[in-house]
Amino acid sequence: MSEPAEFVTIKLNGEEIQAPAGEMLIKVAEDNGTYIPRFCWHPRMKPVGLCRMCLVEVETPRGTALVPSCVQPVADGMAVETGSPVALKAQEGVLEFLLVNHPLDCPICDRGGECPLQDQVMSYGPGESRFVEEKRHYEKPVPISDLVLLDRERCILCARCTRFSDEIAGDPLIEFQNRGNGTEIFTFPDEPFASYFSGNTVQICPVGALTAAPYRFRARPWDLLTIESTSPFHTEGSRITVHASQNQVLRFLGVDNGLTNQGWLSDKERFGFEFIGSPDRLKMPMIREDGEFREASWGEAIGLVAARLKEIVERSGPDAVGAIGGAQGTNEDAYALSKFMRVAVGTNNLDAQLDDGLNPDFLVGVGSRARIQDLESAKTILVWSADLKEENPILYLRVRRAARELDATLIVVHPARTGLDDLADHKFGYRPGDGADLLADLAAGTQDYAPALDALQDGPVVVILGRTGLSEDGGLAEAVASFARDLPAASIMPIVRRANTFGALDMGVAPSLLPGRIPARGASGAIIELWGKVPATRGLDTAGMLAGLVGGELEALIMVGADPVRDVPSGSKAADALRAADFSVAIDLFMTDSAAMADVVLPAEGFTEKEGTVTNLEGRVQKVNRIVPGPGQARPDWSVLDGIAESMGSPIGLPSSEAIAKEISTVATAYEGVSWDLLEGEAREGAVVPIGDVRQPLEYIAVNAEQPARTKGLALHLARTLYDDGSAIRHSLSLAKLAPGMTAGLSPDQAVDLGVEAGDLVTVSIGSVTFACPVRIDRALADKTVAIPFNQPGIETLDAAASVLVKAGGSS
Amino acid sequence: MTDHPLILTARMHAHPESSHTIATYEATGGYTALRTALDMGRDAIVEEVKAANLRGRGGAGFPAGVKWGFLAPARPAYLVVNGDESEPGTFKDRQLMERDPHQLVEGTIISSLANEVNHAFIYIRGEYPKSARRVQAAVDEAYAAGYLGANILDSGYDLELTVHLGGGAYICGEETALLNSLEGRRGEPRLKPPFFPAVRGLYMAPTIVNNIETLSNIPWIINNGGNAYSAIGPEDSPGRRMCSISGHVNRPGNYEIVEGITWRELIYDVAGGIRNGNELKAWVPGGASAPWFVPAEHLDTEVTKAAIDSNGSMTGSGAVIVMDHTTDMVAAAERLVRFFAHESCGLCTPCREGTTWLDMILRRMLAGHGRASDPDVLYDVSDNISPGVTWPPKMTTICPLGPSAVSPVASLLKHFPEEVAAAVERGTQVPVSIGIRS
Repeated sequence: MSEPAEFVTIKLNGEEIQAPAGEMLIKVAEDNGTYIPRFCWHPRMKPVGLCRMCLVEVETPRGTALVPSCVQPVADGMAVETGSPVALKAQEGVLEFLLVNHPLDCPICDRGGECPLQDQVMSYGPGESRFVEEKRHYEKPVPISDLVLLDRERCILCARCTRFSDEIAGDPLIEFQNRGNGTEIFTFPDEPFASYFSGNTVQICPVGALTAAPYRFRARPWDLLTIESTSPFHTEGSRITVHASQNQVLRFLGVDNGLTNQGWLSDKERFGFEFIGSPDRLKMPMIREDGEFREASWGEAIGLVAARLKEIVERSGPDAVGAIGGAQGTNEDAYALSKFMRVAVGTNNLDAQLDDGLNPDFLVGVGSRARIQDLESAKTILVWSADLKEENPILYLRVRRAARELDATLIVVHPARTGLDDLADHKFGYRPGDGADLLADLAAGTQDYAPALDALQDGPVVVILGRTGLSEDGGLAEAVASFARDLPAASIMPIVRRANTFGALDMGVAPSLLPGRIPARGASGAIIELWGKVPATRGLDTAGMLAGLVGGELEALIMVGADPVRDVPSGSKAADALRAADFSVAIDLFMTDSAAMADVVLPAEGFTEKEGTVTNLEGRVQKVNRIVPGPGQARPDWSVLDGIAESMGSPIGLPSSEAIAKEISTVATAYEGVSWDLLEGEAREGAVVPIGDVRQPLEYIAVNAEQPARTKGLALHLARTLYDDGSAIRHSLSLAKLAPGMTAGLSPDQAVDLGVEAGDLVTVSIGSVTFACPVRIDRALADKTVAIPFNQPGIETLDAAASVLVKAGGSS
Repeated sequence: MTDHPLILTARMHAHPESSHTIATYEATGGYTALRTALDMGRDAIVEEVKAANLRGRGGAGFPAGVKWGFLAPARPAYLVVNGDESEPGTFKDRQLMERDPHQLVEGTIISSLANEVNHAFIYIRGEYPKSARRVQAAVDEAYAAGYLGANILDSGYDLELTVHLGGGAYICGEETALLNSLEGRRGEPRLKPPFFPAVRGLYMAPTIVNNIETLSNIPWIINNGGNAYSAIGPEDSPGRRMCSISGHVNRPGNYEIVEGITWRELIYDVAGGIRNGNELKAWVPGGASAPWFVPAEHLDTEVTKAAIDSNGSMTGSGAVIVMDHTTDMVAAAERLVRFFAHESCGLCTPCREGTTWLDMILRRMLAGHGRASDPDVLYDVSDNISPGVTWPPKMTTICPLGPSAVSPVASLLKHFPEEVAAAVERGTQVPVSIGIRS
């Protein structure tokens, strides 16, 4: 990998070329402009030489031999003919064999028109078939999961799906069965293909054997418009293409630019596109009148919002207004929110995070920021964060690859079982609240921790850190960072929730930061010229604003793509806050639980409906693009905010998304030169803004970290799952049903103490909320702990800080 | 030259009731070779086996001593004895396992010693439960007697020997598929390169895979010396070897032969001639995957590896299937092809699809629906599995199973074109509208 490659000289179709020793022939040929047909070979998976499509003729001491070029490493002096009569005959023969049993139902096959089998039969295959016998028949199609259907008649048994599931995703749930002509791919009895990554198998299937329920029979490839964009789910910033027809987004596909998702997507980000076309999207501004919403014109709604905000500012001062959100949109939207609050309102009360992230000052000052690509060369990886498989599935795949294929030593610290445990060289668990003790032991290398500490001395080290659960204080991650950043060649990757949180922070959607991550109190230069005076005192964060609304210091709340009632750890407090607010406005795609409590709700354009940029967790700025119009009268966030500011008599002067992008590159020095032209041209893989060098002293270190009270009773581990009751998933019909629902995770001993077994019902009380749910045994949990998944459908919003009780029995 | 005392089957001839017991084995000189070998040390054992020029009896006929020399130096290394005897017409290893299992066990111990192996495996075909019982009993007896386990006969040498019964798949006779099966995986061949067993075999460790019959020769070689062994029979393929003769002969069965006799002698003298005085039509000289021999060309050629090779076939597993003049050669070919199609592991395209297609065409011809294009299609499909349809075969497949199915088809087309033509002639073509290439 990092060792310099040795080059050999081979003769490819008579031409001498240089190639890295050991590289497979098929790759070398492709890199030199010669395409060798293939089905089973995939650049991101180990070659298996199954389909025999890539046979070429190689000169050997014993004459020429037909070899599969996907498993033939190049060697010095090798002479290869990829298009000799013998090679072409073999390739044609393989295609004829593949068509022996492949149904010619291309006109009704999803793959038709973009099918590698179709394409290669056209280019390399026989003109007609000599096969006159009866083809193989199977029941078809068979749903092998909620999202994927299998047609075994179309399958050419290339093993791409089985290898992906085993090698890449770690979910070996589909396998070859039977033998000979009866060989088939299938799931195991009573075990569905329930992988978070199942959609990738549909994308890499070289025929239409695997199809995705959300896309089946929806379009023909030649009718699709396609744009490249960046996934609106997860902070990794997966590169995707968006496909639409007749103003309907119909699918997302992964794009491999090598740097982020390597072509893979989680099923959430692949099938989550469904929310875009949901009939529940907001189409008109809504104003609450006598307790009921009614539709209104934009002029009326904006006028009302501006008037109420102005009235509150004049009555109680600008700090009586606050804003939550901005992490779900573009950088341009976030910039508009940041400027709106500072310039039009005059307050620093704004926060992109929903009380579930990390301190923005810490995120700016942690220093030594890691890039995803650093995982390729890491010798040791420490993951002390949420379960990556649930919250950052692309990072999960990359860490998995590093541990499995690149021999990195993996250390996982988490209170419960995580998706990476099976691959971890060291796994440490702890009772929520006791993390600081564990950190002290790890840093001291006592007893069980000595081997892990030794491994951490073997750099380069990449440390992925974040809150392990919603009931855990963010200070622990900062303590981990203060330990980790002095490790040899250590780089740090703090992770927070929501796709564009890092972009929003860069745009200054934080109580203490201005665009470009400048501390609000030290504003100078271009920003003062453009913005005028900015408030210097630290504003309120989300928790502070919610408390302020209840306490009366805050009177008005603006929610931009934020649903605090469902999304903050103590959602029941958010509901209280909204009830107490004098005035609240929600700019959103849907009538969320929070929007339903607002005074005015404004319809926003969402992903694929607007153009702009987003920034991922490594600071990579990428373009998002527009392919469909928004529903009804929906407008982009920036335009709504610009309109309100205008109406308030304090214009912020933002005429277009592109104009905002130009203003960002002037105001935020880190974004200097990051133009749309650049991102659409030579930097399509994104431009990483220089944020890695800032290293400030950490004020929030271990000993100061405030720990949750160590209750004598149960400690609560409240953790998110990939699928939950968030608004995008709630409105993506294929995914909505996949949320796991409530369970109570208990250690085996804890279960024995309670006299319950896996699957038994228990009654859980968290503060004032009580529900019954089945027991799940988690051997990684400490005793006196209960693990509860966050934000599940049908369950009232919880308070993560409340005390928790579990009793045996209950009725659902 | 062709006359020499029996080596492999001597004991079972002399003691038909008890040759499988340790008592009889020890009473007839058993386990003396092991004592000798323990004194000789590994290098000397290897030298004797090399001097014997003992060729592998599993099919490929590669000299065993030379094969041992390829074992990579990393340890642990494993010895795997291939008892997955599944080639149609082959039933010699079964007799050696059932009737003289201690000879095999002793050969295995000596071979393990010679290769610094401390854990050996005997993999037995799933349909051979009796063989498995007998070998397991022999292994148990050997453990009890101190010939296996820790510190064998106070020599300081340790060996564990595990008997494993396969799941009943022909492909597991292919050495890398056998290793997969032994590891608990699907019986599928591995790619060579990079998975040459001598370097990356069982559990990715260096591994030797030898046939049952091959190792059953080892005790005799140690007792009598490699030179004594290589003096028996032809220089290129010396020693005694098992020959399973089946089909239309008067006395089918296993014969321990010395190479050098003619096919006429083997079929008419050794096996008692053709049933009912019928005419000999063709025979398979070395297992189902070997190209056929016909009397006009081959009856008076020699039964030696060199002669069989030069006549375009192989000694293979030593199975001779004899067919008389009543045989429908299209049906015979179909039966053999059907076997290979059924046993294909399904992994690579040409074998999975091609062998079944060949069988479908032959079956259709037999059912009276032959087509004029069938001979050409049969040949060309064969050519796409085994380019050139040459011998030894080239292949587009991962392992030789695909080309094995081509052998009977190629033999049919080469030696019996008139029977193919007659089958086509009889054909009443079913109307199928798919175009046929001219």
